Amino acid sequence: MSVEVRLPTVLRPHAAGQTVVEAEGATIGEVLESLVRSYPGMSGQVLTDDGSLHRFVNVYVNDDDVRYLDQLQTKVQPGDTVSILPAVAGG
Amino acid sequence: MSLYSSVLELIGHTPMVDASALSPNPSVRICVKLEGQNPGGSVKDRVALWMVEQAEKEGLLVPGSVLLEPSSGNTGIGLALVARVKGYRLKVVLPTNVSPERRQALEMWGAQIIESPGSEGSNGAVRLAMKLHAEHPEWVFLYQYANHANPLAHYEGTGPEIWQDCPEVTHFVAGLGTSGTLLGVGRFLKEQNPAVQVWAVEPPAGELVDGLRSLDDGYIPPIFQDLAGADLLDRKTIIGPRESIEWTRRLAEIGVFAGISSGSALAGAARCAQVIESGVVVTVAADGGWKYLSTGAWTDDIDDVVERARRIIYF
Ligand SMILES: Cc1ncc(COP(=O)(O)O)c(C=O)c1O
Repeated sequence: MSVEVRLPTVLRPHAAGQTVVEAEGATIGEVLESLVRSYPGMSGQVLTDDGSLHRFVNVYVNDDDVRYLDQLQTKVQPGDTVSILPAVAGG
Repeated sequence: MSLYSSVLELIGHTPMVDASALSPNPSVRICVKLEGQNPGGSVKDRVALWMVEQAEKEGLLVPGSVLLEPSSGNTGIGLALVARVKGYRLKVVLPTNVSPERRQALEMWGAQIIESPGSEGSNGAVRLAMKLHAEHPEWVFLYQYANHANPLAHYEGTGPEIWQDCPEVTHFVAGLGTSGTLLGVGRFLKEQNPAVQVWAVEPPAGELVDGLRSLDDGYIPPIFQDLAGADLLDRKTIIGPRESIEWTRRLAEIGVFAGISSGSALAGAARCAQVIESGVVVTVAADGGWKYLSTGAWTDDIDDVVERARRIIYF
């Protein structure tokens, strides 16, 4: 199953400059693993070596931060949009 | 009481108004706390006063002290007010991409503005302030992102006020910047009633910041780490500029003149109301609309306003 993944500026160079790419999976964990397989330059940037989410990365399914849903087990449906954003200072 | 000896006594004790007319669910009430009623015009007056009085108690601040603070505007404005009344000097590290009214308010109260690159957002302001503080250790660096007096202002002020005015609250929804509001109010409300749910609303700030070299330049406010913010929040949602401006306009339709982040908070409250069966959602309008008139938020074509909002920091 394929979903759209929106990339932040800092990851685009690893995907030939694309803003939106396709990735496969039924959960966020699977989607991110498929992303890193297609664009190996992102490994270590999105997921850490032990397979958890990089602490300065926020991942959203249709605008909801997955850390407050089911983390990497959060389910995705066809047509969902996954967005990756860097954690930055707000306010 | 209506005669006060200092403007600083006007900080806090803000009113709450029922905005259920905007609720998408007839079984969910929405109430908004109007922080624009503070004398410096935002919720950050509370934080400024708490941080300054804490530093005075600790002996860090003495007559003639110079304060240094990174701020996208409101904390700087609150500090400028408190510093003017108490007789301190203030330097604010301000990203270039904030509304001109924020700059003017700072200058009105005598703050000196040090510009940081707009492309680096608030991250850049924090980084520059840290560098300046290393070079000038004699400047007092209150550092709202790491100062526990920031969430404490909400734990001792905003939270108890909400509980007093609306003990029926089931959900608390607020904007996430330094995380002070959510940490302080969220913790207070959960201590009164553990069933209260706490929802954070954030702008797509990471989208704006294109000056980031790698993800390792990321930032999580130290107070959010120290106080286990990730365990406190029940949900965190991004609200983009279009939805924020639409809801800022809806607020105006019921007579509430509030800033763009208040529109984001209301949009979050409405999403919350949509997914729950019934309840009482309390949210915060962090500032008034005055500082955003130059963006044309209420009067110009919405597409133009959204484009402008994408380029400024309104949190
Ligand atoms: C207008 C506005 N809204 C929301 C916020 C977020 O509040 P907090 O810093 O308590 O998370 C801020 C400040 O950061 C702000 O200035």
